[in-house]
Amino acid sequence: MGKKGYLILENGQIFEGDSLGSERYIEGEAVFSTGMTGYPESFTDPSYYGQILTMTYPLIGNYGVPARRKKLQLLAHFESEKIQIRGLVMSSYVQNASHWQSSESLSSWLKKENIPALSGIDTRTLTKILREKGVMNAIMTFEKPRNLSGFTFYDINRDNLVSYVSTKEKTVYGNGKLKILFYDCGLKLNQIRIFLRYDTTIIRVPWNFDPLKEETDFDAVFVSNGPGDARTMPETIRSLKEILKRKIPTFGICLGQQLLALAAGGDIYKLKYGHRGQNQPVKDIVSGKCYITSHNHGYSVVERSLPSDWNIWFINLNDNTNEGIRHEKFPFFAVQFHPEANPGPTDTEWLFHYFVNEAKRWLKIT
Amino acid sequence: MAKNYIKKYKKVIVLGSGALKIGEAGEFDYSGSQAAKALREEGIKTILINPNIATIQTSSSLVDQIYFLPVTPYFVEKVIANEKPDGILLGFGGQTALNCGLDLHKRGVFKKYNVSVLGTPVSAVDKTEDRLKFRKTIESLGFKVPVSRLCRTMKDVEKVRSTCQFPVIVRAGYSLGGLGSGVARRREELTKIAKSALSQAPQILVEEYLEHWKEIEYEVVRDRYNNTITVCNMENFDPMGIHTGESIVVAPSQTLTNEEYHRLREIAIKIVSELPIVGECNIQYALSPDNGDYRIIEVNARLSRSSALASKATGYPLAYIAAKLAVGFNLSEIQNQVTKATRAFFEPALDYVVVKIPRWDFLKFKDMNETIGSEMQSVGEVMAIGRTFEEAIQKGIRSLDLEYEGVISDDLSQEFVTSGKPPLKDLRPTPARIYNIAFNLFYGQKAEEITKATGIDRWFIERIASIVSLYKKMLSTKALTPLFLRELKQSGFSDKQIGKVFGKRPRDVRKVRKDWEIVPHVCQIDTLAGEFPAKTNYLYLSYHRIRDDIETGERNQVAIIGGGPYQIGSSVEFDWCAVNSVLTAKKLGFSPIMINSNPETVSTDYDISNKLYFEELTLERILDIADKEKCPFIVSVGGQIPNTLAPKLAGSGVKLLGTKPESIDNAEDREKFSALLDRLGIDQPQWKRLTTKADALTFSERIGYPVLVRPSYVLSGKAMMVAYSQKQLTEYLNQASTEVNPEYPIVISKFIRGAKEIDFDAVSQNGEIVVSAISEHVEHSGVHSGDASLVLPTFSLGSASLESIQEISQKIARHLKIHGPFNIQYLLSENGERLPHVLVIEANLRASRSFPFVSKVFHINFITMATKIMLGKTVEAIPYIRPKYFGVKVPHFSFTRLRQADPVLRVEMASTGEVACFGDTLYEAYLKALLSTGIPMPQKRALFSLGGEEGKNRLLPVARKLYQLGFKLYGTENTSRFFQANGIACTFVYKVHEKKRPNVVDIIKTKKVGMVINLSDRSDLAIQELKRQETDGYLIRRATVDTNTPLFTKATIASLFVSALERYRLETLSIKSWSDYVGKGERYE
Repeated sequence: MGKKGYLILENGQIFEGDSLGSERYIEGEAVFSTGMTGYPESFTDPSYYGQILTMTYPLIGNYGVPARRKKLQLLAHFESEKIQIRGLVMSSYVQNASHWQSSESLSSWLKKENIPALSGIDTRTLTKILREKGVMNAIMTFEKPRNLSGFTFYDINRDNLVSYVSTKEKTVYGNGKLKILFYDCGLKLNQIRIFLRYDTTIIRVPWNFDPLKEETDFDAVFVSNGPGDARTMPETIRSLKEILKRKIPTFGICLGQQLLALAAGGDIYKLKYGHRGQNQPVKDIVSGKCYITSHNHGYSVVERSLPSDWNIWFINLNDNTNEGIRHEKFPFFAVQFHPEANPGPTDTEWLFHYFVNEAKRWLKIT
Repeated sequence: MAKNYIKKYKKVIVLGSGALKIGEAGEFDYSGSQAAKALREEGIKTILINPNIATIQTSSSLVDQIYFLPVTPYFVEKVIANEKPDGILLGFGGQTALNCGLDLHKRGVFKKYNVSVLGTPVSAVDKTEDRLKFRKTIESLGFKVPVSRLCRTMKDVEKVRSTCQFPVIVRAGYSLGGLGSGVARRREELTKIAKSALSQAPQILVEEYLEHWKEIEYEVVRDRYNNTITVCNMENFDPMGIHTGESIVVAPSQTLTNEEYHRLREIAIKIVSELPIVGECNIQYALSPDNGDYRIIEVNARLSRSSALASKATGYPLAYIAAKLAVGFNLSEIQNQVTKATRAFFEPALDYVVVKIPRWDFLKFKDMNETIGSEMQSVGEVMAIGRTFEEAIQKGIRSLDLEYEGVISDDLSQEFVTSGKPPLKDLRPTPARIYNIAFNLFYGQKAEEITKATGIDRWFIERIASIVSLYKKMLSTKALTPLFLRELKQSGFSDKQIGKVFGKRPRDVRKVRKDWEIVPHVCQIDTLAGEFPAKTNYLYLSYHRIRDDIETGERNQVAIIGGGPYQIGSSVEFDWCAVNSVLTAKKLGFSPIMINSNPETVSTDYDISNKLYFEELTLERILDIADKEKCPFIVSVGGQIPNTLAPKLAGSGVKLLGTKPESIDNAEDREKFSALLDRLGIDQPQWKRLTTKADALTFSERIGYPVLVRPSYVLSGKAMMVAYSQKQLTEYLNQASTEVNPEYPIVISKFIRGAKEIDFDAVSQNGEIVVSAISEHVEHSGVHSGDASLVLPTFSLGSASLESIQEISQKIARHLKIHGPFNIQYLLSENGERLPHVLVIEANLRASRSFPFVSKVFHINFITMATKIMLGKTVEAIPYIRPKYFGVKVPHFSFTRLRQADPVLRVEMASTGEVACFGDTLYEAYLKALLSTGIPMPQKRALFSLGGEEGKNRLLPVARKLYQLGFKLYGTENTSRFFQANGIACTFVYKVHEKKRPNVVDIIKTKKVGMVINLSDRSDLAIQELKRQETDGYLIRRATVDTNTPLFTKATIASLFVSALERYRLETLSIKSWSDYVGKGERYE
């Protein structure tokens, strides 16, 4: 058993657990995810940047951590170059991993990447607190806290978190026909992997890339997922406004949808405890078809704030929040969930293909 | 809701699965009941055909009309003609219902009567049932099934050899595990094995051998609008090669990465949409542990044991939803039954681990080889829920009701002290494998080696290793600390096992534990891992929590302990009792709490009770619940497990409702009960508890043979038996495995030959019987009451006997102040010096196996009355009126599944289930019941093989009747000679040991005969059983059950059957519903 560590919630609640990662003081936003598999993918998802993640599934570490193998310039088994969560909380850590792809234990990976983690915590009780009180700021420390007065809680969402996770330079992948300008707001690598299956060239650019100033040739635009509050990114919103004005086919995912909504003139709001998991049901309200989708977001689009030429596409069957929007005439659309999965179900992967086709069709017309 | 009805159905038939049997058990009571509930909510009239009288689904509260008739094409067609339904559900009654439905479809019956098959279309079912069509469908989608090539010549083999991946398995013909099959790991081996196999069979299959691949299952739900979800995936602890019903199964999968999990999920969804399924199905995969490659093994296009398990594991009511989808609903229209806020279109997120463990009853089947494999042999299962695998598996093992305390079930502590390493244990697949793994880990075998030997994933072995290492730590620890005790409890150790190591009684450990505030907390299953609050109380306990999810200890609660795992002797009948008790308590305004550990039940449906604790039925756990809920308990409706717990619970201060625990003890304790009978002047067979072999012989000599012998310590499957002579008893006692000493005494009682046996079921209020039923066994003494054919009302007892039984029962009830349900078994001797001579065998102050039977035959719910009484209401006595019809309950044996068991009736129970039917006469009811066990009406040929003079004489009239009915008779040497001498034509056939063909087994196997009557000389049989001889009798009986030919091993039932054949033909059996017999009345509710 490792050293004792403490998770201190903003509401004063303290949980004691056993350390299995690095032992350093951190601050972050406490959230929970209900996914039952896919921790290597989740932990490297940049949308979790700055968050202390609680896994509701009680056994973590079962199949270890795969090796850093690359395929087409991209890491094969992770969604970004490093662990993005700030801290990790679980009920039980499983030490003896078993899988043919495992190259190291979860604990060793966390230590190597300097991420603190606690096991032996009643994650169900913690989850219920977050469900009832909403996500809250938290601290993880390895000194036994005497009282709470010494702690100040910092709201990470005041920062533009995307600036920490976005790429710093332009990178080009593939050599296909359709050139997609790919806004990396904290992308998941699987988005690129999937696009590359469809005769595309991916031009990955930083979040604040200005397509008007810089000379880049592209046919379509994709806006990735990412952490934090989209309202802290006026530069991106400004660029997107211009892109929409020029009627360039655009597809957004998660934070990308929120940015697109803001660019279209709509608004977003923070959900009480967000959606994080792999079992979220969404419904295409036009066709009536339902899909199980992977989620990782704390904000959502205010549907009634959208201009009248934008339509609702998908809704969440659990809480009726918005899950997708699209323009009634132009090939602009976005979804709040993660069609690239990883982790999670692959039901909506077709959206990538759909976007490529829609973009091609549009280019033909115009 | 219901926006999307394709058509509004008015009347729908649901087919049940008949008797509980190996491979088709209580799970179909659960699925049928859920379907009935779903249909009723839509206002659809539901007609159920199911002869399993002990089920919940055959209760009038769930369905509109019940037919206790065989689920066979003939009878189902008759009911369709009677009822004129517009729809039928085939997927809720297991393979029995599905096969029957497919047959009816082929015969064009549904078309003829304009009945729609609801849910998955027959064409899709066909694609999953037909191996070739299945392979074609899967391959057309680009998915993989195991490579399998048919070879007729060595040339074919050469061709396969160059393309296939090794290892391969060679199968001779199509029989699984048949002769000449073997595993080839290299090319040369294949040539050798194939050559030898082709010399014995015209064709062989060379198949990919998926040795040690993981076995993974997905439960998939799809609506007709192509919305699909996978509700749950499950991982088998045992690798490929062990039937999933024989394997420990874990949900969700533990060793699959995201990529593997979702790749298999995506394939499942594509297959299901192609077939297409409407409703629910199960897909099984093999997954390579070396590279993640997969194969699709099979698809079950119906509700299954796995789907029942998945429903219980996730809280997602698969059968209920499947029924809704069958009548046209869209998944997104149906409410999530747990949260009542979200929709049925979602995939449950679990925040716990579920472990299912099969329960085998090999001990009951003599001559059984205990190896488990690709065929199902287990008779029941338990499910356990924990926050770690360790917590769940240890809980599950204790739930098996086998006196195991956890994975460490060998007495390791002593051996540890005396050191000296013992030889490692056998790791081949047997029911004991998991304990052997723990044993070997304890003595230093490496996890890696065990994985290599067994193919069980390293992950699981490491979990067991972590339990073993904690156990070792216990042995080297002097005193418990709170920290260590908590760790032990979190890994699922019982107070009893901890106490044993530290030299403390369980209750002392409990006290220390509670002083240190180490108690389990209540966890709620909410289907969404805490994301949304649950509205239902589906609960389990865990030591990995710091607080309870729900409020406990509310007023007006009453807890009812269920029956635990199905096993021989305790089955769905106790679930019926427990559920009826819960429903009655609810109606009376109480908040009932259900505690049970068996996923194949209706009682563990979370909306039956107000709180459901899915928990082990051990003293420790029940006390944990009692500490929290502080309510009274009912222990008399769940069979023997709660009954045995009763005195201990009472001793720990738990309030028990109903008959006082002292009275239960007075009936359960043989000596006390015997003394009571003596005091009351009630006769009983002479008996004695003996502690030496010499005493046993002396006593038997004194009371006279035959005697019934009951050992208290049994090794290698020998249990009760009847000894007809001193020689037999000596032989029995001299068996190496028979222990007779003060610690393990033996009970010997007088065995009364040819006596009638009676089951007396009743409910008593403050010692006064308020309702009772006297059922008569067709078989005479010597057949376990669970294996006997019961007739209600009695058919051969005079009023003096009936009065005498009633009188004695009332006397016992009064003296034990019975307050609730009870059962007394009687012997009625016609040869006694007094007539009638009534003897008491035993009394159980709890509901018995026959309670649902008598309740349904009389249309008086005995359990409702008993529960009312136990909850303090006063009920009026119901006067007895002899019904004008008969109900007959017959046992169902699963001998076809148990390849080596001797299918003969004896004093030890062997049946796995039962059915019951109604008739205007005893004969009609009996014939229908017998047909309900799945046997066909015999063609006009019968085989007799009768041992001993007595048997021959007794069956002479039976043979004569058959002869007069136009039957052609066959007989073994002495039998045929005897019949011929008595003027009955009988063809002689050789016995097997005569080594001439065709012999008796040949003519059975070629289906030349339609029924077999085989009587062994009783004294003969007992000895053969002892020696496990492959006698002619055994070979005849085995061949008979293997060909599904009616077999009679007792003169009484053979005689009854033939009398029935004399009076009825299939066409003259009446097609009447339950209410046609019993009418409609208030009394049942």
